[in-house]
Amino acid sequence: MRTRDFLNLTGGSLVSHRMRSFLTALGISVGIAAVVLLTSIGEGIHKFVLAEFTQFGTTLVGINPGKTTTAGTSMGMFGTERPLTIEDAQALKRLRFARAVVPLVQGNAEVEAGNRRRRTTVYGAGPDMPEAFNMQVKSGRFLPDDDPTAPRAFAVLGSKLRHELFVGRSPLGQRVTIGGSRYRVIGVMESKGTLLGFDLDDTVYIPAARALTLFNNDTLFEIDVMYDEETPVEKVVQGIKDTLSVRHGRDDVTITTQQQMLDVLGSVLNVLTFAVAAIGGISLLVGAIGIVTIMTIAINERTNEIGLLRALGARQGQVLSLFLGEAMVLAAVGGLSGLVLGVGIATLLHAVLPALPVHIPVMYVVLAEAIAILIGLVAGVFPAYRAARMDPVEALRAE
Amino acid sequence: MIELIGIHRNFQVGDQMVRALDDVDLNIADGEYVSIMGPSGSGKSTLLNLIGLLDRPSHGSYRLNGQDVTSLSDSELAAVRNREIGFVFQMFHLIPRLTAAENVALPLILAGLPPEQRQPIVAGALAELHMTDRAQHKPDQLSGGQRQRVAIARAIVTQPKVLLADEPTGNLDHHSGEAVIRILEALNKRGITLIMVTHDLEMGQRARRRLRMVDGRITEAQHGAA
Repeated sequence: MRTRDFLNLTGGSLVSHRMRSFLTALGISVGIAAVVLLTSIGEGIHKFVLAEFTQFGTTLVGINPGKTTTAGTSMGMFGTERPLTIEDAQALKRLRFARAVVPLVQGNAEVEAGNRRRRTTVYGAGPDMPEAFNMQVKSGRFLPDDDPTAPRAFAVLGSKLRHELFVGRSPLGQRVTIGGSRYRVIGVMESKGTLLGFDLDDTVYIPAARALTLFNNDTLFEIDVMYDEETPVEKVVQGIKDTLSVRHGRDDVTITTQQQMLDVLGSVLNVLTFAVAAIGGISLLVGAIGIVTIMTIAINERTNEIGLLRALGARQGQVLSLFLGEAMVLAAVGGLSGLVLGVGIATLLHAVLPALPVHIPVMYVVLAEAIAILIGLVAGVFPAYRAARMDPVEALRAE
Repeated sequence: MIELIGIHRNFQVGDQMVRALDDVDLNIADGEYVSIMGPSGSGKSTLLNLIGLLDRPSHGSYRLNGQDVTSLSDSELAAVRNREIGFVFQMFHLIPRLTAAENVALPLILAGLPPEQRQPIVAGALAELHMTDRAQHKPDQLSGGQRQRVAIARAIVTQPKVLLADEPTGNLDHHSGEAVIRILEALNKRGITLIMVTHDLEMGQRARRRLRMVDGRITEAQHGAA
């Protein structure tokens, strides 16, 4: 049988039962639309979260005090990790690949300006912070390159804190009190938004050494090293490890590369995308059952036709392919309309709720249509096989 | 040439074995006009289905045009049916969603003939049955006699050597039935072997060779001028 005739026969049969074909295709259509929509949202969230994390660049390495190890007996004083200090950060700054090194201390304190006060996040940082974390200064300047162990009492405000404390006036050169100590405001940062619920604008930046005193800490919370892109990350990790091991007498820090963080995050987000796609898959399964049901009904109704085709010289394979073709056309048409529906709703959602991240990868669209056709194939196999195996004499005799 | 030797066809019905055909020997030469008559359940249709390669014998040998067809595969049998045999059924068996012309074209479509080659053949078959003006009509727009004429056009569109008719007038009024029989007889006169199963004694008597079946056996054979 020629392809055109095959398509005419299968298409004609579906068109002759318009309502039934429409409803069956609708089942697949809703399934595919659900998969496309949920996957688009899942992918959108995936991309959004990764973008949030990579906004600080991908050549960052985080160093935290302490190392997660298991030992048989207590190591006494030799097992106690040494604090991560500003001197450690200075030592790391001397490494050839280090473009920016940021000692970090984080805490919460009350910031007071005139008669306004606000409890907010305080970051103790160094002058390299804007470069390392891809931040922009809106007005004034960031913390200067002072002696890291005895810096001047300067503060840089996040954009939200600036608006909260200095309504309608410039904060530059003004005095603020942070945790009881006085600081002079020398800059305001550009808005950075939020990261996983943390408001990066409701902050104040002060020198790390002063933050250690403020929070009565002897160890930095973290040192971030931004390295030269040319240097392989393994070499960077080894360089940091060697430097700190010499300073601390042993390897007692945890080094986390951006890539490791992204890998973990990526795998978590992949599971999320897969989970939402699986939820959509359930509706596809229901659509597939619809095809099996309708094809079974169609074959029962068209038993005479099957007998006739066999009498006229149709081979079993031709009968099989005709009915399988009908199931696949139903699924393919349903899949296509589902794609249009899914992409349409996703686009509409994004237009109505711009905050909702939506991403529709072309590969997923192609894959969804291929899955729809595959579902038609699988759902149609059993009824079509039954049609092909019918005894032509019995089929012709059927009422 | 149809040659059946020692044909048995048994069916298992519950725990009973039913002998639908019991040691049937039959030779039918090219161009013959044969009627098969007999009471219901005598094996007429089973014999016709076997001759039409829709069924296989339980035992015995069947040679069609010198070829042993009992050992052919299902696909090979389908190809022989498509090429050599035309069927005319009591219930017409036209596909309701297809036009008369499309119904007639079905055997050629199954054989893979391209549209430009099959169109004149289909038009010729419809013209022969005086159905040209009804070519684009669906079966439900045709009378019983017209439907059977479309079915006959479909049966002869591949120019088969054998035409098998199972109660071809059983669903028609006397006038239409008479017209259909005349068409079939005209085709036989052109050289097609015509084998017709019928309950209608008058119709059956018109055949040059008349077979009577009882309990799966051919009990009586008469030859005479139609």
